[in-house]
Amino acid sequence: MYSKGKEKTWKFFVLLCGLLMIALPIAIGIFLAVKGNALFYQYHHTLGEFLFTTTWKLKDDLVGGGKGGAAVFIVGSLIVCGLALLIAVPFSLAAAIFMTEIAPKWGTKILRPAVEIFVGIPSVVYGWIGMTVLVPFLQNVFHLKTGRSVLAGGIVLAVMIFPSITTVAADAIRAVPVSARMAAYGLGATRWQVTHQIVMPAAQTSVLTGVILGLARAFGEALAVAMVIGKTPAFPKGIFGQTATMTTVIASRMAELMEGSEAKAGLWTIAFILYLISLFFIFLIHIIAAKGAKKNK
Amino acid sequence: MSEKKATSAKFYVHDLDLFYGSFQALKKINFQIAANRITALIGPSGCGKSTFLKTLNRMNDFVEGCKITGDVQLDGRDIYTSGMSEIELRQRVGMVFQQPNPFPKTIYDNVAYGPRIRGVHRKSELDEIVETSLREVGIWDEFKDRLNKSALGLSGGQQQRLCIARTIAVHPEVILMDEPTSALDPISTMKIEDLAVEMKEKYTIVIVTHNMQQANRISDTTAFFLLGELIESGPTQDIFLNPQNKKTEEYITGRFG
Repeated sequence: MYSKGKEKTWKFFVLLCGLLMIALPIAIGIFLAVKGNALFYQYHHTLGEFLFTTTWKLKDDLVGGGKGGAAVFIVGSLIVCGLALLIAVPFSLAAAIFMTEIAPKWGTKILRPAVEIFVGIPSVVYGWIGMTVLVPFLQNVFHLKTGRSVLAGGIVLAVMIFPSITTVAADAIRAVPVSARMAAYGLGATRWQVTHQIVMPAAQTSVLTGVILGLARAFGEALAVAMVIGKTPAFPKGIFGQTATMTTVIASRMAELMEGSEAKAGLWTIAFILYLISLFFIFLIHIIAAKGAKKNK
Repeated sequence: MSEKKATSAKFYVHDLDLFYGSFQALKKINFQIAANRITALIGPSGCGKSTFLKTLNRMNDFVEGCKITGDVQLDGRDIYTSGMSEIELRQRVGMVFQQPNPFPKTIYDNVAYGPRIRGVHRKSELDEIVETSLREVGIWDEFKDRLNKSALGLSGGQQQRLCIARTIAVHPEVILMDEPTSALDPISTMKIEDLAVEMKEKYTIVIVTHNMQQANRISDTTAFFLLGELIESGPTQDIFLNPQNKKTEEYITGRFG
């Protein structure tokens, strides 16, 4: 039965949920900023040192005086994620085109659920499989001392982000109006021409959004990467080299360090940087979407 | 299927049956389409006129479960069985759709699309094709200063004329028009009709229309479809003034449809 009081209560409740959704990420951001700033204010490191030097030897005490150069982790993250994108994007686009343009029927019936299963597999499982299958495989094929490498990290990440990019790209391709396709076919275009000259350009913006979402996920993934990358705090020597990333260093050190210490403050700073990077990705997606909307007017 | 020698007709259709799955959408159609004439296909919704139109450039191939038997010859060559590719066919038999469907590209790129996919890439050559095509449909003066603007910003009538320009840019012999004015206002409709009449000098035009006055105004030949059958066809004047079949008479006098 309708009652004004009930209506008001529900309205308030929904509003509260909405506000909470906004407040939570902001609160996390503030928390990380405060925690991360300790490295600079309390322990007097400079941003330049943090971003551009490579020695990461912070002291696990309240006195400090260690070295706080995170360049290795930042570069490590960039390389591994870049490699993952390089591997995943062609496969994702091909899969998306296959399930929409070439085999739409069993593409949606079989392939799509299959791709969606990928998303549900926990990252620790990916890492574990990477560790037991991929790492020895790379070791044998390329005669390495160990298969733990940037390449292994890139491949595992690629498999993990493949489904997100594929699903978003397939949705984007499917959203291109049939009429545009028919117009091109009516002019005597081949399926390939229709796909890459009409469909893909029209879907471009949304596909790019999918790629950035995949990249954001790759940047944030810690566990699976940590299991196969070797966790060596140095720049990698090629794609078979080992390195560490921002997430792997946090994951491997956070438990053992003392709260409030210089070393812990350093990890918080890295966490804050990761937060800023994901913010950046989100803004990027919105800018691209806005541009796309403008272009289609 | 035999390659019977067709008459001087552009299209020669003999015993055409078309099925969507188990539903027969066209029944034993025998029809010829004369070159450099406007042929109007009329009939109530679902009568098969659009389906028939789309068999002429094989756009029905995209419909799942569509099966065709019988002869459809273009200049004496069967378009389904002679090994003619859809690509070649659709270049010779262009199509204008019910809803204007320009690509989300510039006006220039819309018109240049067809020539480009056939390998024309020289700027000067493309410029010329774009200009002549737009001139032919009478929108060059209107568009020449904004060739690099998106085609999506144009009005429906402008878009439809752009789509016609895009179709003729590949020099087709036949232009199929599937209710090309049903989404347009009366003034735009009139412009498209005038254009069609001008264009028959160079092209063979087949137009599907719901608008009886339109068929009467612009077509030379009219064919009346009902429930998948071709009931009657002939010179437009005869069909409208003196229909032989009772169903045709009922339809054109507005007693059903």
